[in-house]
Amino acid sequence: MNTIKALLLTGLLAGAAASTGAFAAPLKTDPAASRVSAVFKQMNVPVEAPFRTFSAQIDYDAAKPAAAKASIDITTASFDIGDAMYNKEVAKKDWFNSAQFPKASFVSSAITPAGAGKLNVSGKLTLKGKSANVTFPLTVKAEGGKQIFEGQLPIKRLAYNIGEGEWKDTSMVADEVIIKFRITAAP
Amino acid sequence: MRRYTLPAIVLHWLIAIAIIGTFTLGLVMTDIAGITPTKLRYYNWHKWAGVTVLLLAALRLLWRLANHPPQYADQMPAWQRGAAHGLHWLLYVLMFAVPLSGYLYSLAAGFPIVYFGLLELPVLMGPDPALKVTLLAVHYWLNMLLAALVGLHVLAAFKHLLVDRDGVMQRMLPISTRKENP
Repeated sequence: MNTIKALLLTGLLAGAAASTGAFAAPLKTDPAASRVSAVFKQMNVPVEAPFRTFSAQIDYDAAKPAAAKASIDITTASFDIGDAMYNKEVAKKDWFNSAQFPKASFVSSAITPAGAGKLNVSGKLTLKGKSANVTFPLTVKAEGGKQIFEGQLPIKRLAYNIGEGEWKDTSMVADEVIIKFRITAAP
Repeated sequence: MRRYTLPAIVLHWLIAIAIIGTFTLGLVMTDIAGITPTKLRYYNWHKWAGVTVLLLAALRLLWRLANHPPQYADQMPAWQRGAAHGLHWLLYVLMFAVPLSGYLYSLAAGFPIVYFGLLELPVLMGPDPALKVTLLAVHYWLNMLLAALVGLHVLAAFKHLLVDRDGVMQRMLPISTRKENP
């Protein structure tokens, strides 16, 4: 009896595993080899600064790209311009308001293949409590058993109230900010 | 006594004004607490002004290499000539070293310099937190040295004008006075 039960259970588990495979496989992201940053321009000077803390969840199977899903959570207070004074400023109410909105997030709603190694990603970007639907291209390539997802998404900071009060002045800090990312993940 | 050539005089005074202005702005901007739009604006102006000093210094060095400066007063003792020559040489070095250290400091901090907000100057290196700390100290102390040497330079000029009355200072004054044209 016990043997039959065990066999049945094994069969069920195998079936379950096979069916998850039919969707997509969650990948393990490698934070050390991943990077999320933002490029902004102050008085026309381009400055790129990374977010030190974020977590990305990617379900991706190269055989079934349309079934892929991706989401990312970014700790806004981890934006590192390389100077304590700057970092303190951007966590303030006028900028990220990290006390009230500690996380920024993106959740994909649709991922469509767009040629070899290319995907178009649509989803919801939430920044400082404001959400908007965005679409951006993404490249994916396999490297040493790992998948590398890379892309960039230009946004308008004022649409998310990033930089209020005297910082609304776009001649000081430009409205357009480019979010850049490179996520390394392995099955 | 012969005067400096007009381009040498013009460059001397332009650079004097630019250095004093840039130095003062540097003190004012670093004194502003936190990060404000005014502070960022001043930082950018300071960088543009510094690059301008560098350009003027390059022109001036070229002019100096092609044109001999007028002679010192005959009665000047050898040690004074040596001291004056050494001080001028150091001032030339600092006219380059001070803006260059600021330029590199800005790059190490991850901020390229866009001259007048229009022309992106060469990004010779990427952000470097360790080097940034060193370069800030280098920039600061080179400035303090420059301030001290400019002070000495001005004192020496006034000594020539008021004590020695030998016409040495008049060689560089923007307006020709009767005294140095005997």
